[in-house]
Amino acid sequence: MEANAIQTTGLRRVFKMRNRTVEAVAGVDLTVRQGEIFGFLGPNGAGKTTTLRMLTTLLSPSGGTAMVAGCDLLKEPDRVRERIGYVGQAGGADREIKGRTELVFQGRLYGMSLAAARNRAAELIDMLELEACADRKVTTYSGGQKRRLDIGLGLAHNPQLLFLDEPTTGLDPQSRARVWDEVRRMHDRGTTVFLTTHYLDEADALCDRIAIIDQGKIVAEGTPEELKREVAGDLVTLSVMGDQQGAIDLLKGQPFVREATTDGGFVRLYVDRGETAMPTILRLLDSAGMRLMTIGLQRPSLDDVFLRKTGRSLRETAA
Amino acid sequence: MKVLRDTWLVFGRYWGLFIGNPVWVAIGVVQPLLYLLLFAPLLKSISHTPGFPSGGAYNVFVPGLLVQLGMFGAAGVGFSLIAELRMGVIERLRVTPVSRLALLLGRALRDILSIVVQSLILILLALPFGLSIHPIGVVVVLALIALIGLLTASIAYAVALWLRSEDSYAPLIFTASLPILLLSGVLLPLGLAPQWLRTIAAANPLSYAVDAARAVFNDDLGNPSVVKGVAIMAVLSIIAVFVGARAFGRAVA
Repeated sequence: MEANAIQTTGLRRVFKMRNRTVEAVAGVDLTVRQGEIFGFLGPNGAGKTTTLRMLTTLLSPSGGTAMVAGCDLLKEPDRVRERIGYVGQAGGADREIKGRTELVFQGRLYGMSLAAARNRAAELIDMLELEACADRKVTTYSGGQKRRLDIGLGLAHNPQLLFLDEPTTGLDPQSRARVWDEVRRMHDRGTTVFLTTHYLDEADALCDRIAIIDQGKIVAEGTPEELKREVAGDLVTLSVMGDQQGAIDLLKGQPFVREATTDGGFVRLYVDRGETAMPTILRLLDSAGMRLMTIGLQRPSLDDVFLRKTGRSLRETAA
Repeated sequence: MKVLRDTWLVFGRYWGLFIGNPVWVAIGVVQPLLYLLLFAPLLKSISHTPGFPSGGAYNVFVPGLLVQLGMFGAAGVGFSLIAELRMGVIERLRVTPVSRLALLLGRALRDILSIVVQSLILILLALPFGLSIHPIGVVVVLALIALIGLLTASIAYAVALWLRSEDSYAPLIFTASLPILLLSGVLLPLGLAPQWLRTIAAANPLSYAVDAARAVFNDDLGNPSVVKGVAIMAVLSIIAVFVGARAFGRAVA
């Protein structure tokens, strides 16, 4: 049993331009654990796609080592290919071919007999609810159907590790929710999922852990909760009757409060864990005889994390 | 053998795509017919010109036409590959353990099969016009045309993977194939050409294929130019297949 689905050390990729070399990926150390949903974020041109292409054997690394699905990426790319599934941004189904035909062909490429590949295709069609369109050419599919077929192609051989490159880009909210459901179901079946995304809410809602890459290097790695806490902490906003300064003086001294400011009639407290800080705050104010009027908790978003780590907002850089 | 199995699978996919599109099949059949009906009659009148090889107009013209079919039939195959690059099909296939050689050979076999069938149709259609050929000659000529198809298709796929855009692929392929075709004597025999043109043609591998095809149609299977033409095409095809398969292995799709 392998401990990690992906383990890279100093993974590098250099591109030679006309008269200079560009280091697109400059030494990436990444650990993706077995069975988790791992989100890989980064502004355009940060090395996100290049890293993904190396991990999926599409591009050979210029340096470093990587174990992917228990095999050495550099020495046995063919064994890596047998164990991973990949769904690219463009998808990969031919518009002129029927969905079912594509699924059967994909299974055959992984060495299945015709009968086994047909069974697997039927299974996937059932699982991804593609019955309505499976026997039509892909050109007639809706965006959501097409995306589900693409995912089916990536799952044809029941891989232990699946790579999804921006799986929900360009989808309507409903289809997006369907894709999220599919990813969660894969996760429930024990498949490790490595996905890139431009949507921070997606990373937040879906991923067990995430990494942010910027200028070819990993600048943050952890669970969304950890990263948010590390960057900003939770924000508790409250207002009291009367002595506002007294409230600040009282709360400032508490060990869980990082920073306390006033903003108009409100007291703003940056705390480590809002959910445990709030009851304590209530108790303290109560015993000091202060009357609380309002209190609210605001969690930092991954966008705050992204902004802090890369100096850019992902929303601005999204193409 | 994994390579054979994969090649068969890949061939099946692309043959299915070809057969599934009646327009392509129709074009494949009509094209040779047009050449015979609209071009060959012109040759009748010049076949008595001094320097025109013996054997009758059709026996001189049809071999050239077949070589042209082999080359032009395969030169355009990169277009479909570029469309597939855009759809992500090639990337998807490259992440599977499928043999890279099979990715090239399977496609090229489809191209070759369609070219060979077209060639056979053309030969059969030319018979009533006065073409004469021995059955063994037909087999040799079809093998030669298949090699030309394999050579051209392999190069075309490598170029398509390299350029990745129709806008640069089309001018390059057609600019390159035109002089190669003209300098091989496909349309009119190079026997009619001035010496300097013949000297340049001698450096063109395709002219040996044309010589070989003409010798076969001249009922001269023992002519050394037959072995020479087939051998040159075979060696070049092997090199081209190697280059093409490497291109599939390395393509940055």
